[in-house]
Amino acid sequence: MDKPFAITLDPGSSRANHTGAWRTERPVYVSLLPPCNNACPAGENIQQWLYHAEEGGQPAYEAAWRQIMADNPFPAIMGRVCYRPCEAACNRGQVDVAVGINSVERFLGDQAIEQGWTMPLPPGGTAPRTPRDDGAPVAAAPTGKRVLVVGAGPSGLSAAYHLTRLGHAVTIKDAGSEPGGMMRYGIPKYRLPRDILDAEINRILDMGVKLELNTRVTDLLSEPVVPLGDDPLYPPMSARPGLIAKSAIVSGPSARTTPPASSQEERFDAVFLAVGAHIGKRAYIPAGDSARIMDAVSMLHGVEDGEQPMLGRRVAVYGGGNTAMDAARTARRLGASEAVVVYRRTRDRMPAHDIEVEEALEEGITMRWLSTVKHADAGSLTIEKMRLDDTGFPQPTGEFEELAADCLVLALGQDADLAVLDGVPDVTFSGGTVDVGPDLMTGHPGIFAGGDMVPAERTVTVAIGHGKKAARAIDAWLHGTSHNAEYHNVYNTAYNTVPKHDLAAYEGLNTWYYSDAPAAVRPKLAAARRIGTFDEVTGGLDASTAVFEARRCLSCGNCFGCDNCYGSCPDNAIIKTGPAGYEIDYDYCKGCAICVTECPCGAMTMVPEEP
Amino acid sequence: MLKQIEGSRAVAEAVAASRPQVICAYPITPQTHIVEALGAMVKKGELNAAFLNVESEFAAMSAVIGAAATGARAYTATASQGLLYMSEAVYNAAGLGLPIVMTVANRAIGAPINIWNDHSDAMSQRDAGWIQLYAETNQEAADLHVQAFKLAEQLSNPVMVCMDGFLLTHASERVDVPEQDQVDVFLPSYEPRQVLDPDDPVSIGAMVGPEAFTEVRFLAHERMRQALDLIPDVAADFRQWFGRDSGGLVKPYRTDDAELVVVALGSVLGTVKDAVDELRAEGIRVGALGITTFRPFPVQAVRAALDGDHRLRRVVVLERALAPGSGGIVTADLRAALTHETVNGTIIDTVVTGLGGRPVTKKSLRQLLGRAVLGDLPEFSFLDLNTGLVEAELARMRATRRSGPSAENLLRDLG
Amino acid sequence: MSYERIKFYQTGSFAAGNRLLPEDLRSVQSSDTRANTLTCGHRACQGCGEALGARYALDAVMRATKGKLIAVNATGCLEVFSTPFPETSWQIAWLHSLFGNAPAVASGVAAALKAMGRPHIRVVAQGGDGGTVDIGMGCLSGLFERGDDVLYICYDNQAYMNTGVQRSGATPPAARTATTPAVGSEPGNTFGQGKNVPLIAMAHEIPYVATATVADLRDLEYKATRAMDFHGARYLHILVPCPLGWGSKPGDTIKVARLATESGLFPVFEAEAGQVVSAAPIRHQVPVTDYLRLQARYAHLFHPQERTEVIARLQAAADRNIARFGLRRRQTKEDHPERPLLPLAATDHTPGER
Repeated sequence: MDKPFAITLDPGSSRANHTGAWRTERPVYVSLLPPCNNACPAGENIQQWLYHAEEGGQPAYEAAWRQIMADNPFPAIMGRVCYRPCEAACNRGQVDVAVGINSVERFLGDQAIEQGWTMPLPPGGTAPRTPRDDGAPVAAAPTGKRVLVVGAGPSGLSAAYHLTRLGHAVTIKDAGSEPGGMMRYGIPKYRLPRDILDAEINRILDMGVKLELNTRVTDLLSEPVVPLGDDPLYPPMSARPGLIAKSAIVSGPSARTTPPASSQEERFDAVFLAVGAHIGKRAYIPAGDSARIMDAVSMLHGVEDGEQPMLGRRVAVYGGGNTAMDAARTARRLGASEAVVVYRRTRDRMPAHDIEVEEALEEGITMRWLSTVKHADAGSLTIEKMRLDDTGFPQPTGEFEELAADCLVLALGQDADLAVLDGVPDVTFSGGTVDVGPDLMTGHPGIFAGGDMVPAERTVTVAIGHGKKAARAIDAWLHGTSHNAEYHNVYNTAYNTVPKHDLAAYEGLNTWYYSDAPAAVRPKLAAARRIGTFDEVTGGLDASTAVFEARRCLSCGNCFGCDNCYGSCPDNAIIKTGPAGYEIDYDYCKGCAICVTECPCGAMTMVPEEP
Repeated sequence: MLKQIEGSRAVAEAVAASRPQVICAYPITPQTHIVEALGAMVKKGELNAAFLNVESEFAAMSAVIGAAATGARAYTATASQGLLYMSEAVYNAAGLGLPIVMTVANRAIGAPINIWNDHSDAMSQRDAGWIQLYAETNQEAADLHVQAFKLAEQLSNPVMVCMDGFLLTHASERVDVPEQDQVDVFLPSYEPRQVLDPDDPVSIGAMVGPEAFTEVRFLAHERMRQALDLIPDVAADFRQWFGRDSGGLVKPYRTDDAELVVVALGSVLGTVKDAVDELRAEGIRVGALGITTFRPFPVQAVRAALDGDHRLRRVVVLERALAPGSGGIVTADLRAALTHETVNGTIIDTVVTGLGGRPVTKKSLRQLLGRAVLGDLPEFSFLDLNTGLVEAELARMRATRRSGPSAENLLRDLG
Repeated sequence: MSYERIKFYQTGSFAAGNRLLPEDLRSVQSSDTRANTLTCGHRACQGCGEALGARYALDAVMRATKGKLIAVNATGCLEVFSTPFPETSWQIAWLHSLFGNAPAVASGVAAALKAMGRPHIRVVAQGGDGGTVDIGMGCLSGLFERGDDVLYICYDNQAYMNTGVQRSGATPPAARTATTPAVGSEPGNTFGQGKNVPLIAMAHEIPYVATATVADLRDLEYKATRAMDFHGARYLHILVPCPLGWGSKPGDTIKVARLATESGLFPVFEAEAGQVVSAAPIRHQVPVTDYLRLQARYAHLFHPQERTEVIARLQAAADRNIARFGLRRRQTKEDHPERPLLPLAATDHTPGER
């Protein structure tokens, strides 16, 4: 074509004009901390595993499961007992209803059990250690370090799991006859079926964790310094002194209370204590001789052991926490025709989680608010009515009434048995728990603690989170005096938390783009059926519903490949690098910020252009 | 083929034989018979073209712009008000370099509205960048259209073929209408210089700023000047294939030893030549110069006809249009074309004739030329002006300063 | 046939695409093989809605026609910012002639293609509101009446933006422009009849008329594609915010367009042969003030004091649109027969050759 000068131009010749020079600010892709991740006491990367699960199909479910497992080894359990602070924080809740994260986690956990997915044993290879956050097998060379975990509850098991992945040799010692801690002895079967519990515990044990049941650790002593050799492949670990643990076998019904007979000594490089809080608090309640009073913790423990506590027809549970709910609901299942919870304040002040209270009420548990127990007799209790004063504190009114009850179960809180720390220097206590630093180490170097025995919210999830945190802190502590630069680069040699990314707030989202999608609801057994059995009350989601639920996730602050930025740039200044990969073409980007405004999940922001 | 045929019809047949692919029609007197004839041919299947009845002349020119840019041979026709209405597009077509051919059936421009013939319409577009050819006869009108397509397409420049409204368009006379097989040999199919093609995309019609606009205009000027070489070639080609003279730059008539030459455009030349013949018979050395190609202005050809002959003492330019407040239009171009010596040595008089369809008679012309020979002609005058009427109107205006259009006032005076 | 939004629970229904959506359900814009009809380096302002709308519409048409497309552009912002010598950002065969003649030029292009035996090459004419609603109206009506095979796209930013934000026939009431300044007792554009070109197009009973905005990409692409199912004259009217002329933030362009539809001020609908066949329901209705507040061209309605009566009139206009086009819910054949709002297509209309 003989194009006339200037009148007619060749296509795309405008690319010579680099309009990027117009900018005063530029868009960048960011990765923010989703509120669910932020709220999870176990530090799960929830957004990421939902991202995997959304794809649907077995490979995707497995990838999602492995992402959970990178942080939390108990997804199936979580999906049944976690109180889901993630859902409370979920930004979707401000659109319609929070994403059913817990339901999806349960689905994935159950899938893993069904499909037999495992975490591999750490091979005896020589690959360098790198911390992995995505649940991929950690090719960790054995470090040669031995760590003792005291307590096979959620905290201890979680610590054991993470420590094993990091290459350490772990031994768990638990005074009970079964592992699981409060998961087994505090949470009834109808909330957490035992086959699920066993499957997830065994999966950890199969990784090579040594479990010694019926073993109580009685003392911890420091050992003299034992320096190790100088080997470039196994850089000198800390010349820290180890610990000698004295423990003894206990067994039988009195195992929990009787001091053990013989003891043995073993050396460990570090210790993680997670003995929980298994001692029910006892308030002084004046009682007649034949009044039947027991504590909830013992009762539930006994039920697990197969005992049949003598509860009678009418059971009163004193207290307003989750344990009180569990005790009342268990009592019903054991045949009590009436279970009433007596609590000194009102419903909104109850420490028990809403879910528990709801389910208890559905099962016909009644509640006596603003009441305290003054006197217990065989067959009845004397209740005093309370009223709340200006500060919200209950005050006695002097009015009394009788409540028919065959048995009074006390659920007034739990104490930890801290005897193991007797005589250990530099350890301090407060309020019935042991003090720990931000790295969960007690005052004594090398002794760490977590779970219900340290000051914290007392939930399974928190305990699991402690286990992970302690494992990493222990690992860092064990590497503390390494001279090898590679180690310093690759991993924290002292326990430093990595600064968190900024939170992905709701205001940063553009929720227009999310389809209207009502939340999926898990099936529940009808109340009438529930109270007669210990069958699981709440069912799980099927695959299509779980995928649907996962896709309701807004992916706050993290790109999930919606192509909106790529599509909405008037200057064609974004390049697509992959299915969910984008790059700004700064040669042409004028900095208009449409991409940032139209990013549904707020994974972009504007920053000033460099001068 | 020789036919007794109305001028418009002859043009339609010549255009049809040129195989246009897109024809746009918007009616305006006196062009209507051309497009009507073409429309009928298309509808009967005699002519394979798209015939678009558009909603205005502006649309007509716009549509042929689109068609030509797409690679189709495109044609339209208009006059007077219509030409003005499409003026923006007329300039646009030339600027884009599109080989559109358009018939302008010359008609006066209002106000006051007047449907009869003069050249004011085409003259108003003389600087638009189109080639302007003026037909003297219906034969030439038909022939010029065929030549116009060839010319336009070789140059990539639009061509306007002017023919006097009514005098030619509605006159029935003997015309040897160009036939299909003749035209097919003479006129190859349209090979566009630039074209809209999805397989080889370009952007046509960019915005050009100060840094390059002058150069674009220079090139447009050059393109027009190239026509000065091309037009005689095309006319020669035409003579070869059709056996007659038609077109070209200028037509000198008995100018060799003339002491007075009349310069004119269009059909009035017929009457002029009759007057010249009569005066020659009386011994007066008069000649005529017809300007066929008005744009580009054929400077060399005009000089060749008028310059260098010391016997030429007088030139009378017959203007069929008026530049109010200024005077003659052709005269200005003529003066600019002639050499300094000729301009100084020759008396050039401008006579405005035949505005709004007033007939130019042989009798008036003879009288005019007689006075011119005697040197009794003002430098600028109107032929057959009703001097009494205008003097009375001027006197009245001086006296009363009456407002309102002067035409209405005149009509009132005329009763 | 009306637009059935794909239901993909996440963002696939409204966003450009989604990594989990099958390719054929994603928008044209989400594809890295999209035509990029208007490519980088053009001189549009930051955040220009017209640049976005043009690429959206034409990339969709390019896919529908497999690249066999010629575009004719009127004078205006789109033409000026895309073809300043020596640069053009167009990657297609493109012609610019004048301000008011784009429809007529396109008619000529279509006629030429037909005469040259190349009818599979399709023609799009495009211009701003000035070139369409005012100076191009005569030619546009002629195109419609003749039914030439051209899709005309009007990018409506509601004023003559390229010449400095002067009022056009499409300027909404109360809006500030350079020729309807925000001064005096009645600041901004006067309340008038308005000129509803989509309805004018429908009155010509051409095969397909639709309105759209840059805020709903999927809908716009659907309409551009649907328009190419028909032959004959078709009209697409796209609302494209202009940050400069509207006084909105460049980053808010899509957001402002969204508010225009969600408030009811700009109804989004489709019509075939003069009858409305579908209207996009408002998802979450907002008061007109949400829309007005984002634009400095309406700032005089809020400062120095709020002009409640003017705002009320604008709200009333929005409410009228909602009632008239049935924007509260999707119009389908299953709706109550005694409640037609604008005449609905009574039977399935099969578009045919005109």
